[in-house]
Amino acid sequence: MTKQAMGRSPTKDRSAQLVEYFQLQHVRERITKAIIYILLILGSILVMLPFLWMISTSLKKPGTEFTIPVQWIPNPPRWQNYPEGWSVLPFNLWLLNTVAITVVATLGSLISSALIGFGFARIDFPGRTVLFMLVLATMMLPYPSIIVPLFVLYKNLGWLDTFKPLTIPAFFGVNAFYIFLLRQFFKTIPVDLDDAARVDGCTTFGVFRYIAVPLIKPALGIIFVFSFMQNWNDFLGPLIYLSSTEKFTLALGLRFFQSQYRVEWTLLMAVSLIVLSPCIVLFFIAQKYYIQGIVITGIKG
Amino acid sequence: MLGKSPIYWKRALEGYMFISPWIIGFAIFTAGPLIGSFTISLTEWNIVGTPRFIGLKNYEAMLQDKLFWQSLKVTTLYLFNVPLNLTLGLLLAILLNQKVRGLGIFRTIFYLPSVTAGVATSLLWMWIFNPRFGMINILLKEVGITGPAWLGSETWALPALIIMSMWGVGGGMLIYLGALQGIPTALYEAATLDGAGVWRKFLHITIPMITPVLLLNLIMGIISSFQVFTQAYIMTQGGPNYATLFFVLYLYQQAFRWFNMGYASALAWVLFLIILICTYLVLHTSSRWVYYENE
Repeated sequence: MTKQAMGRSPTKDRSAQLVEYFQLQHVRERITKAIIYILLILGSILVMLPFLWMISTSLKKPGTEFTIPVQWIPNPPRWQNYPEGWSVLPFNLWLLNTVAITVVATLGSLISSALIGFGFARIDFPGRTVLFMLVLATMMLPYPSIIVPLFVLYKNLGWLDTFKPLTIPAFFGVNAFYIFLLRQFFKTIPVDLDDAARVDGCTTFGVFRYIAVPLIKPALGIIFVFSFMQNWNDFLGPLIYLSSTEKFTLALGLRFFQSQYRVEWTLLMAVSLIVLSPCIVLFFIAQKYYIQGIVITGIKG
Repeated sequence: MLGKSPIYWKRALEGYMFISPWIIGFAIFTAGPLIGSFTISLTEWNIVGTPRFIGLKNYEAMLQDKLFWQSLKVTTLYLFNVPLNLTLGLLLAILLNQKVRGLGIFRTIFYLPSVTAGVATSLLWMWIFNPRFGMINILLKEVGITGPAWLGSETWALPALIIMSMWGVGGGMLIYLGALQGIPTALYEAATLDGAGVWRKFLHITIPMITPVLLLNLIMGIISSFQVFTQAYIMTQGGPNYATLFFVLYLYQQAFRWFNMGYASALAWVLFLIILICTYLVLHTSSRWVYYENE
């Protein structure tokens, strides 16, 4: 439209019209922008409110969370809720357990999915396509539909009430999404690099270890954050496989805490905040990887 | 294939070695249990004794089991969260894609609830839904509305969990945003030259171009809705009066509270089949509405 208008030789009248048109357009754009910002800010407030509510409650004197009108900013803030809540139950031990499980399982996922992803991406072997379809198919398999036989399996192996069911499967590439992700990344490396290295006497494992893996470090970063969050927040697995309190993870510990201190919302919120803070911190540090990972799911999925 | 060189076969062997962890893992932790699940579902077994073969009796019993139907109903009703979250997520992504300043900050805020999902946030929402002292009813009171008992109400417990699920809308939003940013601007420019307005460009360019991720979000939404467990276990234990008895919660109770391993396995297979059929139906109809650039 504008192009057509510009093409004509503008009379004085015409140019005045044009100026007006552009001004109007400008105003319109500004109004649209303003509405967009208002909506986004409103949305952000809605999303942040539960967190603010959580922080507010966690700083109240136990008992005062049940007073009306609500004091949104507790005066004075009671910081002792945090150490107090944390020490009523062996949360330190549960933290150690959670860290141990998360670290080992994440390590397992990184190693196994790198090896498997490399195999599918860079080496040609009979049945590769079919097997890879199977990998993708397992992404659809709901975990709850196999918990009974898994429980029986781990019982027979003597793994119940140990960390093994929560860590060892990770070394065998049970998370198909990670394999898929790394395969996509390995595929982007030029084959010439492999060939050059092989001419120099590099073995396939050497190509994997010294050429391919260093080139897909960002993808490993994605898997690190995904796996960390998943293991840290996992509830169903620990609930089924762990039974003695000294083996609990933080998620189970919180549940235990809830059953013991049902109405102590101030302490519950304080401890819950501590439990989810590593996820928030990691998200802020590694946001780049995380967002990239999610977006790739969309593009390549 | 047999005519291939020895080097090919040496490589192929190496390939199998690289993927061998997956082959072992698939057999032991996925395929085996899936078959095992079906075998157990044909038995009556309380895990300590020996399983007794009863054929398809568990599946027959399911038809008479009121709680089975209830859990199916609850889970199906909960599916309402899927279109809600799809629409809201898309809307947010479109807003964020308008070259706004502070994109990174908004993106972080909207995505934050998704990284904290678990027991801690379930406890938080229990407190938010507290009928007298929770945040929602206090805010409602400010505008003169007396809020319901939420998790304590048979009518409102499930809607409460759907509201809570909408807090995680940022997950889908990020995927849309990635797709929106991948649409070539040339398409919009060409349409503008042809005189298309904002609305037409949205309908005829934006929507078709993001149908693949719409499909992905739809399938992921359905699959995860069928697997809701933690929220229900922590917040309501399936109550009040089974109003939030989600399918997986019922499965868990059958298996690990009442130790009906056979019956729980039958439920597990039904869950597996339901998800399989749903995914198939969605994929089957998708060829009619999903647009792939490369085809």
